[in-house]
Amino acid sequence: MKAISTVIAAALVAASASAEAGTIRVKAGAAAQERLQAAMLDAKPGDTILIGKGRFVLTDGLSLDVPKVTIRGAGAGKTVLSFKGQQGAGEGLLVTSDDVVMRDFAVEDTKGDGIKAKGVKRVVFTRLRVEWTRGPNTANGAYGVYPVSSTDVLIDNVLVKGAADAGIYVGQSRNIIVRNSIASQNVAGIEIENSYNADVYGNTAEHNTGGILIFDLPNLPQQGGHSIRIYKNLVGRNDVPNFGAPGSTVSGVPNGTGIMVMATRNVHVFNNVVGNNATANVFVVAYKFPYDDKGYDPYLRDVVVRDNTHGPAGWAPGFKGGDALKAAMGGKTAPIFWDGVGGAEARVHISDAVTVLTLNMTKPDTPISEAQPGVIDLSKTPKAAEPAAVVLPASMEAAIK
Amino acid sequence: MKRRQVRCIAFAALLWVALTAIAPRPMADDKLIQSESLPPKLSQFRLGIVRGMPVGRELERYTLNTPLFSDYAEKFRAVYVPRNARVGYRAEGVLDFPVGTVLVKSFGYPADMRKPSEAVRMIETRLLIRREAGWVALPYVWDAQAKDAELVRVGRRVPVEWVDLQGAKRSISYAVPNVNQCKDCHAQNRAIVPIGPTARNFNRDGQLQALVSDLPTQLSVLPRFDDAATGTVAQRARAYLDVNCAHCHSRAGAASNSGLYLGNDEPVGPTLGIGKRPVAAGHGSGALSFGLVPGHPEQSIIVHRMGSLQPGVAMPELGRATVHDEGVSLVSQWISSWK
Repeated sequence: MKAISTVIAAALVAASASAEAGTIRVKAGAAAQERLQAAMLDAKPGDTILIGKGRFVLTDGLSLDVPKVTIRGAGAGKTVLSFKGQQGAGEGLLVTSDDVVMRDFAVEDTKGDGIKAKGVKRVVFTRLRVEWTRGPNTANGAYGVYPVSSTDVLIDNVLVKGAADAGIYVGQSRNIIVRNSIASQNVAGIEIENSYNADVYGNTAEHNTGGILIFDLPNLPQQGGHSIRIYKNLVGRNDVPNFGAPGSTVSGVPNGTGIMVMATRNVHVFNNVVGNNATANVFVVAYKFPYDDKGYDPYLRDVVVRDNTHGPAGWAPGFKGGDALKAAMGGKTAPIFWDGVGGAEARVHISDAVTVLTLNMTKPDTPISEAQPGVIDLSKTPKAAEPAAVVLPASMEAAIK
Repeated sequence: MKRRQVRCIAFAALLWVALTAIAPRPMADDKLIQSESLPPKLSQFRLGIVRGMPVGRELERYTLNTPLFSDYAEKFRAVYVPRNARVGYRAEGVLDFPVGTVLVKSFGYPADMRKPSEAVRMIETRLLIRREAGWVALPYVWDAQAKDAELVRVGRRVPVEWVDLQGAKRSISYAVPNVNQCKDCHAQNRAIVPIGPTARNFNRDGQLQALVSDLPTQLSVLPRFDDAATGTVAQRARAYLDVNCAHCHSRAGAASNSGLYLGNDEPVGPTLGIGKRPVAAGHGSGALSFGLVPGHPEQSIIVHRMGSLQPGVAMPELGRATVHDEGVSLVSQWISSWK
């Protein structure tokens, strides 16, 4: 009898201990680095780290490796983590545990990436600001909000400015929603790369070099990006000269690109408002560089571009050979470009009510100078079936409330 | 009757004294080591680390053929294995240490590197403890008199000065890692593992034979990166990259997403950086186009990042406040020599 009641008592104690979710409060003030990092080490699963109002001066990166933790500030305008004096680490905040929610704070001036989540499940970034306050600069960090090699990713209501590669960047991940966010003053506003199943909607990508990029690149552990929906976004006035690192893939994005799709499969671009992009509003191409990777497919396949509203575009194509192209077209290129690679096999459907240009390239790396541009009607191409809506675990949507 | 009892007791007492003399009482606190506890003071483990030096009689000192570069710190390594436990041999990867093992690594700076055993200022001692549930990494920072070291889980920046081998004064902000940063380098597939003591790296001065049971007859040896007698430039450069980079730049490491893998056995090709374009490097690429350009270290992103001190550019990402000139030189020499 005694043994059983001891066991029950012990079980009750254990149950209540795990059910209790703690709160760790961190106020602004001296030794912010030590106190914030201590909070992230001391947090137990289920805890919330509440970061108070004010400016927190960080001297190194921060990292969180405890699952089911929420990091919450007093608002992206009120709680500011400043990494201007950062002495080490590749990012400001690194998350390597599952079920983490980050909300209501700002990260400024990291030396490398802003907030990185690597190899995690069910990560939520909401109501955050990541910004390089000096504005566009090649020495700014590459990515602002940076989930990579992760599953179930939600980026909701974030603002990213000044990234020297992509403001909101999702790499090699699955099951992704990027919504209701703003990307401005980045080289690429929003980028989905080598990822499977992403819905990108309700975002504004303005005053970047390129607004929204969907890429698939070789020589990475996850390739064959597919099933991406880009819809109801405002992608306009992307007019910032490219400040990406010379030699990087993003440095090849021409100034004034609206939405660019490269080498990815089953990409649907619809119901967006795209305009005032000097190179093109929509650009769909194969991977253009030489590569050494037997498993890689450089071709675009199954692209649907429909029901988008277009503003002016194409008056100053920002790629090499663009001027010649413009001249060949009688002074203005078109709002939508396809490189033509793959021909009918690429299954490119474009039914927007604007001129569509093909460059009639036969191989992905045919130089532009050899392109034979011409107007083309791609509205009759059968449309690939649209991917199902991305549905994230309920716990993630619940965290937004 | 009484005399016989006395003689028995006397004999038993003598036997006991003799036995305890032959087999001394254990010093290290095995119970503490194997518990989940995080003792605030290093001395609590009773490992015998005195003024930073792992001198306890239960500690097996060791050296690695090619050690990790840590900002020119002198590193004093030792391993504690619980009595009656065995270290198993593994051909690949880290040796099979039993539960209760403690790997000890103390970091210190001689005032003058030309006299490396004098006036050594001990900075920290890192422990890697194999507990039942897995390995745990703990950084202990020494007080100014090196009397004891305290657990500093959040890490610490320590200003450090020394005179280098050329007689020049050096001054850095040395970073004691926080426990998450320990895991950044030491994790494979999200579990902490040791990095240094692989059979190949441990194989010198009879160390393997002294520590590990059931060794095979064929044993390989990792070249010493700074000793040309132990390997070709290529072999030594690959060993250097393996030890300094491959814990992250491997398929199960922190940089698994990069597609750049720098282990000793990685085949020569895009995964080693040849023809591989930067993906997430940002300005870390130094405006260069490929990870490794045969014949051209000055065009190789790997060499560029090894030679940088800027956060966001420098590689490795953690634990580097200086450039390892000798390492950069070796890797550059290797790349230069390719046609």
